[in-house]
Amino acid sequence: MKLNLKIWRQENNKSKGELRDYEVSDITADMSFLEMMDVLNEELICRNEDPVAFDHDCREGICGSCSMFINGQAHGPDRLVTTCQLHMRKFNDGDTIYIEPFRAKPFPVIKDLVVDRSAFDRIQHAGGYVSVNTSGNTQDANAIPIEKKDADKAFDAATCIGCAACVATCKNASAMLFVSAKVSQYSLLPQGKVEATDRVLKMVKQMDEEGFGNCTNTGACEVECPKGISLDNIARLNREFLKAKYKTQ
Amino acid sequence: MADTKFLHSKEPTGDLAGKWERHKNEINLVSPANKRLIDVIVVGTGLAGGSASATLAELGYNVKSFCFQDSPRRAHSIAAQGGINAAKNYQGDGDSTYRLFYDTIKGGDYRSRESNVYRLAEVSANIIDQCVAQGVPFARDYGGLLDNRSFGGVLVSRTFYAKGQTGQQLLLGAYSAMNRQISRGKIKMYSRHEMLELVIVDGKARGIITRNLVTGKIERHSAHAVVIASGGYGNLFYLSTNAMGSNVTASWKIHKKGAFFANPCFTQIHPTCIPVSGDYQSKLTLMSESLRNDGRIWVPKSKDDAKKIREGSLKPTDLKEEDRDYYLERRYPAFGNLVPRDVASRAAKERCDAGYGVNKTGEAVYLDFYDAVIRYGKEQAQIKNLDTEDKDLIEKLGKEIVKSKYGNLFQMYEKIVDQNPYETPMMIYPAVHYTMGGVWVDYNLMTTIPGCFAIGEANFSDHGANRLGASALMQGLADGYFVLPYTIGDYLSADIRTGPISTDTKEFEEAQKSVEEKIEKLLSNKGIKSVDYFHKKLGKIIWNKCGMARNKKGLEEAIQEVKELRKEFYISVNVTGKNKGFNETLSKALRVADFLELGELFAKDALDREESCGGHFREEHQTKEGEALRNDEKYNFVSAWEYNGEPSEAILHKEELTFKNVELKTRSYK
Repeated sequence: MKLNLKIWRQENNKSKGELRDYEVSDITADMSFLEMMDVLNEELICRNEDPVAFDHDCREGICGSCSMFINGQAHGPDRLVTTCQLHMRKFNDGDTIYIEPFRAKPFPVIKDLVVDRSAFDRIQHAGGYVSVNTSGNTQDANAIPIEKKDADKAFDAATCIGCAACVATCKNASAMLFVSAKVSQYSLLPQGKVEATDRVLKMVKQMDEEGFGNCTNTGACEVECPKGISLDNIARLNREFLKAKYKTQ
Repeated sequence: MADTKFLHSKEPTGDLAGKWERHKNEINLVSPANKRLIDVIVVGTGLAGGSASATLAELGYNVKSFCFQDSPRRAHSIAAQGGINAAKNYQGDGDSTYRLFYDTIKGGDYRSRESNVYRLAEVSANIIDQCVAQGVPFARDYGGLLDNRSFGGVLVSRTFYAKGQTGQQLLLGAYSAMNRQISRGKIKMYSRHEMLELVIVDGKARGIITRNLVTGKIERHSAHAVVIASGGYGNLFYLSTNAMGSNVTASWKIHKKGAFFANPCFTQIHPTCIPVSGDYQSKLTLMSESLRNDGRIWVPKSKDDAKKIREGSLKPTDLKEEDRDYYLERRYPAFGNLVPRDVASRAAKERCDAGYGVNKTGEAVYLDFYDAVIRYGKEQAQIKNLDTEDKDLIEKLGKEIVKSKYGNLFQMYEKIVDQNPYETPMMIYPAVHYTMGGVWVDYNLMTTIPGCFAIGEANFSDHGANRLGASALMQGLADGYFVLPYTIGDYLSADIRTGPISTDTKEFEEAQKSVEEKIEKLLSNKGIKSVDYFHKKLGKIIWNKCGMARNKKGLEEAIQEVKELRKEFYISVNVTGKNKGFNETLSKALRVADFLELGELFAKDALDREESCGGHFREEHQTKEGEALRNDEKYNFVSAWEYNGEPSEAILHKEELTFKNVELKTRSYK
C-alpha cells in the first residue's frame, strides 16, 4: 500500500501548528496504524528529519496512551478499538489519511500529536477513590455479596481507559462519559456508596473548572469509545448529581 | 571461584510460618510525628510502585512518585489480563497458605527463597480483601460472591479475576489510592519523568536525577530512601508483550551504582501469544493463560497435514480428531493444557522445530475452543431444558458462555489476526513476557545499596526460575501494600534526625553532570542508523541465542555480538532533535543504551548457570524426554552480579538457597 498522510505538526504549545504532507509506501494490511507511523518515523530519522511525536505505550488497547484523530474520527474508522489496535487493512492503496491530535481546550498540545491529558488525573484526584486505608485490615472480601448484575455493570463502567476519545469527538469537548464511568462504578458498589454524594459533586466541579463543555446528549462519545462505555452512565451521573444536590441543600 | 562471596538474605530465624509475624513485631518503627519529616522517592507507578506510594503516603511519609507515562494509571501492570492468586480457599478445593507457597516454590523450579515466598502466600488473601474494599469490580457469581478460575501449574482454583482486564482493575485500584493521597498533598506526582541516575551520599541512596520528558529539563530530587518499582526488562528482546516504553534503565542505573543484579537470565517466555507476522512488528500481544482453562492446544499428527495447513489447502476445522496431536495432554496427563508456562512454551517450540507448525512462518500451534463450546452448550441446554442433541443450538449456547468468559480476548485476537476464533482455532506461539530475574533484594526488599529498595517485577525475589500465572499481580501488590511499608520503616527509623536532604551537594552535582554528558554524547553523534535498528538487532541476538533454549556456544557468541553491537551503537547511532523539549528518540536511545549493557550480563549469567531450571533451558542439560535437568549440588543458589566495568566482567556473588519446608525434587507435571 502507498499512502498520503496529512499530519499535524506543532513544535510545542506556544508555536502554531499545521498539517504537513508525507508519503509512505510498502505498508502491509497486517500492520497496525502505529506500526505504519513507525515506518514513517524511521524514514524521517534516516533523512535526519524530526520524527512525528505521538503517545503510545502498551499497543494492545488497554493503557489509553494512544490518541490520534484519524480522518475526523477518534482512533480512526474501526469501532471498539484504540489507534494501536487499528490495522491498515481498514485502508486502501492510495488513500489520503488526515492525522490530528485529540483536540480540546483542556488538552494543550505538547508536541505534534501528543497532548496533555492531566486534566483527567485532576478530576480523579477530586474524588475518584474510595476512602479506605491500604492496611489490609478490612473485612473479608466475601462479607458483602454484590448482585451480579450490579457487579457486571460496575465492571463495564470501570473498563474506561482514560484515553479521552470521548472528549476529542464531542462537539462540546465534554468529559461526561469519562466522569460518569468512574461515578457509576463506585455508585453501583456498596463500598463506594458511603461517599457517593461528595464524590459526584467534587468530580463534576473539577470537570467544570478544567474547562470541559456540557453534555448535550449527541451520543458521539459512546460511538467512538474504544471500550464501549455506555451512555447509560451519563444518565446515572446526572441522577447521582441531582440526588447529591438535593441532599446537600 | 576465588572471588565468590556469599550473600545473606537477612531472613528471620525460626519456623517458616511465624517468620513474617515475628519480624514485624521486632523491627523498628517510625513515629507518626517523625514520618512527616521523612521523604521517600518511588520510581514507577505500576501495581508495586502505585500501591507502595499510596501506602507510604497514608502512613505519613512524604512521597515523590515518578513515572515516564503521562499518567500513573498507564503503567504496564494495566495490561495484565488473567488474574491474581490468593489462598482464600473460597472454592473449598483444598487450598491453603502452604499450598500456594509450595506451588510457587515448585513452579519456580526451586530457585526462590522459601521465606519470601511464604510471606507472599501469607499476605495474598489480604490483597483481595483490600482490593474489594477499594471498589475493584472482580467477577462474581449469581450469589454475589467472588468467582475463581484456575491457572497453570496448580490443581486448585485460586485465581480472582475481572474478565481479561484484571491488571487494569487492580492498577486503577492502586491509582485511586494514590489519587486520595495526591489530593491530601502526601504524594507529589511527577508524570512524564524518567529516572536517569541514582544519587548516593555517604553510602546511602539519597536521591535521583530525572529528565522531564516534556521540557527536557534535568532535575535533582532528594529523599531519605529510594524505591525502584520500574518493572521488568523483557524489552531486551525488542519483541515482547511489554509496553513500548518498558525499560531497564532505573534498575540498571542502581546496578551500576552498587546494587547486585540477580539471575538476569531467568526470563519467562509465555506460551500463548499471537505469533509474529512480519519484520515491521513492534510488539507481541499476549492471549491470557486463563484461555488454557478451556482451550486445548494441538498440532496435526502428520507433517503432511501441517504442510497443507501452512499452504492453505487444508483447514484446521477439517482435520479429524484422530489426526490431531494434543501434545500437552499426551505428554503431561495430570496437568494437561495447564502445565506451567515454561513447560508449555518449550513443548510448542519442540513441535514447531520438528516441522508441525501451523502458520505461514511455521511458528504457531492451535489453541482450540471447540470442545469447550460444546461442553458449555450442552450444560446450558440441560439447564434450560432444551434439546441437547441440536448441534446448532448447542454451539450457539456454548459460544455465548465462552464469550462471557473471554470476550475481550477473542475480540482482541480477531482485530489483530483478522480471523474469528469462535469459528476457527486461535494460532499462538510463545513470546517474551516477564522477567523473574532483577535487582537482588534481602528479606526487607532492600538492595545491596543501603536505603535503595526494589519491589515488584524489578526485584528478583519470589518466582525463582519460572513464575506461575496470576502471581505477578499478587507479588506487586504484596510488596507495595503489605511488605515494603513495614520493612522500610525499620531502615528509616535511623533517619528521624537527618532532616531534609539537600540537592545542593557535590554528589548531586556529579550525578547530574554524568547524565548531561551522556545525553550530549548521544545527541552530538553524527551517525546514520536509528535507535530501533540497534534495538531490533539486539533483540534478535538475545532471542536466537538466549531464548527458549540456550547452549554454551551460542551464549559465548551472544556476549561478543552484544559487545560489538554496543560499540557500533556509539559510533553510528543517529539521535535526532535536541535535549530541550519533547524528544522520544532521545528517551529511547537512553533506554536502549542500557539494554545493550544488560544483554551482555544476561548472556553471561545464562552461560555461567550450567543447569536447566524453569525458563532457563540449557540444551546440554536435559533428560531423555527433553525436560529441564537441574543441578542442585552445584547451582542451588541465586546468582547476584556486582557491576565491575564491562558487564561480562561482573563479579558473581551467591546466595545459597536452603529448602527446609519443601523437599527438593524434580518437578513433574505428568
